Amino acid sequence: MMTSTTVRTSEAVLREESPQRGPGRARRRRTPVTWVRGGGLSTLVIALPLLLVFGLFSWFPIVRAVVMSFQFTNLVTPAEWVGLENFTYVLSDPLLTTAVRNTLWFALLALVLGYPVPLVAAVLMSEVRRMRGLYAALAYLPVVVPPVVAVLLWKTFYSASETGVFNTIAGWFGLGPFPWLQDQAWAMPSLVLEATWAAAGGTVIIYLAALTGVAPELYDAAEVDGAGVWRKVWHVTMPQLRGVLFVTFILQIIGTAQVFTEPYLFTGGGPANSTTTVLLMIYNYAFGGRGDYGAATALSLLLALVLAVLSAVYFKLTSRWSS
Amino acid sequence: MKSSRRKTALVLVGALTVSALAACSSSDDDGGLTPAEASAAADEPVTIQVAIDEGLEQGAIDAFDTRIAEFEKENPNITVERQEYTWVGTTFAADLAGGTLPDVFTVPFTDGRGLIERQQVADISGLVAELPYADGFNPNIAAAGQSTDGTQWAIPIAAYGQAIHYNRGIFTEAGLDPDDPPSTWDEVRAAARTISEKTDATGFAEMTKSNTGGWILTTLTYAMGGRAETVDGDTTTATIDTPEYREALEYLHDLRWEDDSMGDEFLYDWATSHADFGAGKIGMFVSGGGDYGNLATQNAMNPDDYGVTVLPLQGDDGAVLGGGTLAAVNAKATDAEQAAAVKWIDFYYMSKLTDEDAAVADAQATADQGQPVGVPILPVFDQETEDARRGWISDLTNVPLDQFAPYSEHVVDQPLEAEPPIATQDLYAALDPVVQAVLTDENADVDALLADAQANVQNLIDRG
Repeated sequence: MMTSTTVRTSEAVLREESPQRGPGRARRRRTPVTWVRGGGLSTLVIALPLLLVFGLFSWFPIVRAVVMSFQFTNLVTPAEWVGLENFTYVLSDPLLTTAVRNTLWFALLALVLGYPVPLVAAVLMSEVRRMRGLYAALAYLPVVVPPVVAVLLWKTFYSASETGVFNTIAGWFGLGPFPWLQDQAWAMPSLVLEATWAAAGGTVIIYLAALTGVAPELYDAAEVDGAGVWRKVWHVTMPQLRGVLFVTFILQIIGTAQVFTEPYLFTGGGPANSTTTVLLMIYNYAFGGRGDYGAATALSLLLALVLAVLSAVYFKLTSRWSS
Repeated sequence: MKSSRRKTALVLVGALTVSALAACSSSDDDGGLTPAEASAAADEPVTIQVAIDEGLEQGAIDAFDTRIAEFEKENPNITVERQEYTWVGTTFAADLAGGTLPDVFTVPFTDGRGLIERQQVADISGLVAELPYADGFNPNIAAAGQSTDGTQWAIPIAAYGQAIHYNRGIFTEAGLDPDDPPSTWDEVRAAARTISEKTDATGFAEMTKSNTGGWILTTLTYAMGGRAETVDGDTTTATIDTPEYREALEYLHDLRWEDDSMGDEFLYDWATSHADFGAGKIGMFVSGGGDYGNLATQNAMNPDDYGVTVLPLQGDDGAVLGGGTLAAVNAKATDAEQAAAVKWIDFYYMSKLTDEDAAVADAQATADQGQPVGVPILPVFDQETEDARRGWISDLTNVPLDQFAPYSEHVVDQPLEAEPPIATQDLYAALDPVVQAVLTDENADVDALLADAQANVQNLIDRG
């Protein structure tokens, strides 16, 4: 027996309220009364708190940042309009090249190390039949640890002395001692290692959820065709996860482009600017010395612009593949 | 419909922009109080918030409240409210803009000139000039609270010279005499090498992070006869790419790479270096001469192990970089609040330097909390006043003064030099990576590093 719904669809409402709509009929004029009757007022009332909160805490700071990027201000003395000077200043800052290079290096390392790890972990976990929940919980545990606590913990592990935790472990295998954070070449990979450990759990959960959506019949069919584990992963799992993989990829790029916590807490951008990222540079403009909020907001906007363009291009390029 | 949405969006954005602009353009046009204005403001009923250290025990808070009551009795029109406060440079501007700073607060010397330069503290120079001791400040110390035209915007309440702190226990373990600390840079280097060879401790540690690398490098450079900036009228020139900075960097390079005396931590900031020194992991390091309080109370330093000595000075221009604490007034304070704030600074901070009863009461309250009393400081006024102060509190002094002797007996004879006046913290920040490069890369190109730093710092100075 078919059930009928009492919930009116928007089209139904529209049809009822526009009986004369159609060729040869005069279009009914929209008035405030029809707007209220059509549910406009209640929609607005429901949306208003959300709009206010968003306006105050999300949109207003963005607008304020745009305004400040054209000003010279220290938040106390009258702000001075300086046109594009902040933008030319940050673009001519010799540290910007270093910061962009470091950010790209972090992004690349995080991609190479951090992108496949959760995927492999999720696929392996999905294959395990017993205690899958325990493994998922263990993988997610680092995400629960507050980032500052995690970094301070790892900072101790990264002690460059022979008695440091990681160096002691390396010593068991006749390796090290390694300088970890105390060397310009080692510092960034050390940061990426911790960042991967800290963030992988969240992505594992996303992949695990996506994997449950893969129809078991596909695996059965593949098995019937004689596919092994590797071929099942490559020909069934990966194509089925394609949409999620694209999204996590761009999220990872955006996330790594905005990396701040690790370089700020581990190294302060050192040694010798080898871990200074774009976001750390923005922070230092604003809070490192003089409080140059104009330069900080200018660079923030430039970063946002680059990421927006990157995201748009990425989705344009991949829309065909992911659909 | 679409165009109506667009119009709504434009109106919304417009309104937000206008409100943002309005918020940006509102500010005080305070140019400092004249004595007449101050006199008019003095009798108005006024309430001020004053800073009190965070995390004090109830006894100390009660002692503070007693001082407030005494002050309010003397000044019936002023109501004083205490507010817990710790200087944090990174959030200062936001606190100031957000109205969460107290009216009276303290800042380190290092930040004073920058805040004054950017007018982020009130111009109280007119009120300070009226104080009876206004002309009696030690000029090199007063400079930390002066604007470029020489007027006193903030009041120095404590001062010290940079010093070498050393661990007497580690010195003994290494076979060095803790009562005869090194007095030349060559001796410092030799002692550092000996400590590294004969003990598990780092011979000589160097701060490098959060602007401290530039601060300590500049300290060494001053001691070797250099300076960081020259000011000629309105023109400030960075003097980073100089033989003295080069000598200081090469000195650190040799300690690190030739002697291996600097351990394996090259990302120390103020807090972590003091923590490791307090924990007995460092033989020697350079920092402010007034750091004993922090080491003893917050880093559990064994008082018996503590030693401090003066920096060795080289050549005719070798000088000690000064440091200390300034009392300042909120830039958003009204005229009446500024007048009341300066009265409070005079009553609470300055009287313990100049008045016996106030000095003893303060020392008693500090001793009652188990805090160090009697750490030698540099005279904020003159040596005679400082000697008198030390005499008043001698019965309450609980720090091992003998162990301070290599510092306290000689620092007064050393020429004290104020920090670079323009863009101080920016200058230090620009030098952090230079120090880090030298300590983490044996083949670092010191000439290129200094040339880049010179250009960076000059750029920051010119940006204003």
